[in-house]
Amino acid sequence: MTPDAHIPSGPLDEKWTTYKNNANLVSPANKRKFDIIIVGSGLAGASAASTLAEQGYNVKCFCYQDSPRRAHSIAAQGGINAAKNYQNDGDSAYRLFYDTIKGGDFRSREANVHRLAEVSNHIIDQCVAKGVPFAREYGGLLDNRSFGGAQVSRTFYARGQTGQQLLLGAYSGLSQQIARGSVKMYPKTEMLDLVLIDGHAKGIVVRDLTTGEISSHAGDAVLLCSGGYGNVFYLSTNARGCNVTATFRAYKRGAFFANPCFTQIHPTCIPVSGDYQSKLTLMSESLRNDGRIWSPKRKEDCGKEPSQIPEDARDYFLERKYPSYGNLAPRDISSRSAKEVCDEGRGVGPGGLGVYLDFSDAIKRLGRKTIEERYGNLFEMYQNITGENAYERPMRIYPAVHYTMGGLWVDYNLMSNIPGLHVLGEANFSDHGANRLGASALMQGLADGYFVIPYTLGNYMTSQFGKKVDPKHPAFAKTIEETKEKVQKLLDIKGNRTVDSFHRELGLIMWDYCGMARSEDGLNLAIDKIQKLRAEFWKNLKILGTPDGINMELERAGRVADFLEFGELMCRDALTRNESCGGHFRTEYQTPEGEALRNDDEYAFVSAWEYQGENQIPTLNKEPLVYEKVKLATRSYK
Amino acid sequence: MKFHLKVWRQKDAKAPGTLESYEADNIPADASFLEMLDIVNANLTGKNIEPIQFDSDCREGICGTCSLTINGVPHGPGRGTTCQVYMRKFNDGDTITIEPFRADAFPVQRDLVVNRGAFDRVMQAGGYISERCGSAPDANSVPISKVIADEAMDAAACIGCGACAAACPNGSAMLFVSAKVTHLGLLPQGKPENARRVLGMVRQMDEEGFGNCSNYYACEAVCPASVPAAFIGRLNREFTAASVKEIIGMNV
Repeated sequence: MTPDAHIPSGPLDEKWTTYKNNANLVSPANKRKFDIIIVGSGLAGASAASTLAEQGYNVKCFCYQDSPRRAHSIAAQGGINAAKNYQNDGDSAYRLFYDTIKGGDFRSREANVHRLAEVSNHIIDQCVAKGVPFAREYGGLLDNRSFGGAQVSRTFYARGQTGQQLLLGAYSGLSQQIARGSVKMYPKTEMLDLVLIDGHAKGIVVRDLTTGEISSHAGDAVLLCSGGYGNVFYLSTNARGCNVTATFRAYKRGAFFANPCFTQIHPTCIPVSGDYQSKLTLMSESLRNDGRIWSPKRKEDCGKEPSQIPEDARDYFLERKYPSYGNLAPRDISSRSAKEVCDEGRGVGPGGLGVYLDFSDAIKRLGRKTIEERYGNLFEMYQNITGENAYERPMRIYPAVHYTMGGLWVDYNLMSNIPGLHVLGEANFSDHGANRLGASALMQGLADGYFVIPYTLGNYMTSQFGKKVDPKHPAFAKTIEETKEKVQKLLDIKGNRTVDSFHRELGLIMWDYCGMARSEDGLNLAIDKIQKLRAEFWKNLKILGTPDGINMELERAGRVADFLEFGELMCRDALTRNESCGGHFRTEYQTPEGEALRNDDEYAFVSAWEYQGENQIPTLNKEPLVYEKVKLATRSYK
Repeated sequence: MKFHLKVWRQKDAKAPGTLESYEADNIPADASFLEMLDIVNANLTGKNIEPIQFDSDCREGICGTCSLTINGVPHGPGRGTTCQVYMRKFNDGDTITIEPFRADAFPVQRDLVVNRGAFDRVMQAGGYISERCGSAPDANSVPISKVIADEAMDAAACIGCGACAAACPNGSAMLFVSAKVTHLGLLPQGKPENARRVLGMVRQMDEEGFGNCSNYYACEAVCPASVPAAFIGRLNREFTAASVKEIIGMNV
């Protein structure tokens, strides 16, 4: 079947206005009759929870962290885009829209992206009003910078902690609503299943991570704001707890999973140093504004101190290959270029998996003080982790998994194909196509929560008057029982391998075969390996302790069990997409110069995968991407 | 590297706890403190001993989840969070004592896991600017001096980890509260609620069982976000002014 995106008719730049003018409204007296369940308290979840509560809905918000303030949005460093054009450098909503579509390699939905660009300016106003201390100029007005892949300065930032400040802004609004009693917050509570009644999403089953108690919550609509699935790679820039469980279990209940193979590898991370490592640390790509990326021209120089390598023996490969964007080329292109250099044996540092990011020219041009002001905390962090001083010696960087563009399929209302189930932020697939531009994730999370769902939720809610579900409906008890059995099954395996060892092995398979470069043979091999690993997992997993009380290995086991199925889905998606686009690079489909070769005639669609049961091959549904305004072009950053 | 660990083990919130000894062998110097515990936990699982339960999430020093006291110091040596402590900071063969954050308002739930819900409740008592989404004026309509904005950012950098309260002999959360009162109080958009905010937050802080500040400055010394103790002076001034307003019958 072809999923219907419910895109409003009319010219692109009038769609959202027309939609808002015609959307169904729920009166204040009726809003308070509705209970909204929100899973996740990051930018999307916290902003949606506080805004819907302000409007009068009763909200229940769940997060696995011990406080909503700790959601992983907090770790975003660089900034948030908006088309304010405060710099008078020619920016506009159209340009932000076009850059996002182009950056996504023409695999995102035109109408959604245009709406995102339209509401971007309101987000900045909203955040400033909430007290977000964005960087300012001496005149007291807001400062902007240019950020990965943009030719205008449209990025607002708060030192290197923009995500933290935006999240704390949303969290403060959420806190106010909790105090008012309009949001009930459930920290340390993990969603383990979705409850469907007559085909509608009417509740969730959760596990209290402190007591181990499994219970259900009924609601009139469910919003998943549970983030991305980068941890399928084990090593990523995601937090330890980030997982695919909420969205994947909704998928197993019938929600379509869209474009799972679209993952983003971020170019500026600290390289891996050993197999004990539990995470990779990202350093904001704002560093690329002033740092120059290079590697030695000759393999023989790789072991030398960088200061001993003369200028003419260095290959500033991004500047060489992409003269107009240079070191600011989009993330997928920059990452792949670094990989190519290392594959040629010209990488630096342990295992030859690194390239230099050099600030010496910038320090000469601007002085050390300016560099310190701009990136001081990042340089400190780098020194703490590697023991090296980046003011004196170039940083070593290597790409790492960072963001996942794929997610549950949603229509223009942000509703999945399951009525009542809405999906916001990184958890949906909507706006970034095959590659996300820098400073756009924060924009999308807050757009969805502050300015989209408050308008679009009404269309579903007005169809639900008088249809309140009884929390005693047998579907709840049944789903609770199923969940308890699944948890117990993990404990009953009593094998010999730890959860982390399975997760690490899965991560290596994903990185080798479904990472920066993918091929048909590799993906088939990966599917085979994942199936074998999954079989071993269910025979040989070792979890000690009981299901009651705090048991973090048990929590992780449930998440890894889902990743072991989800990884296969990713590989299948990558396998069926016989083209290269954005972060999805199939080695069979490249230009003679090694650039991604898109196939618009056959692959300008969204892959929406439909679950068919345990160990069954899922069905691929296609939503064609129709471009009314934008002319599909080859993405060139030369 | 090799370490002798003494780790606080406690079955649940009600059970008494004890320090148990474990050996940490073959630890790479470049491993972080939490990665060292991951290695120890894998070995414990192999020996059928339940792994040490500890909270962590971002492992890059910003989420504020980790809550370990290492050799008596919240977050351990250096000025970051525990996840940013690397084993090269210790000497081979060291004995390391690991306990949860200790403060009356942070009850231990199991092993090294504590409940910091008190911080959330203090924030709910006033740590916000009342503004309805959609009602904001243009972001550049009110210029804010760079100096003020920067100082507000210094305060806003607090990660809410609770090390300040764990380090304080009085178990005081005044550095945490002063950070939010300063951040929002400095900005023009936060000023209308300054008095309400400071009264609400301080009263909730007292209710949660946090102590008062008596100028030890232990909080400042362990704060991973470098929030200065000088903000506590600001908190006291704001609180006094708001209390006076309240006493003389002004609406706050």
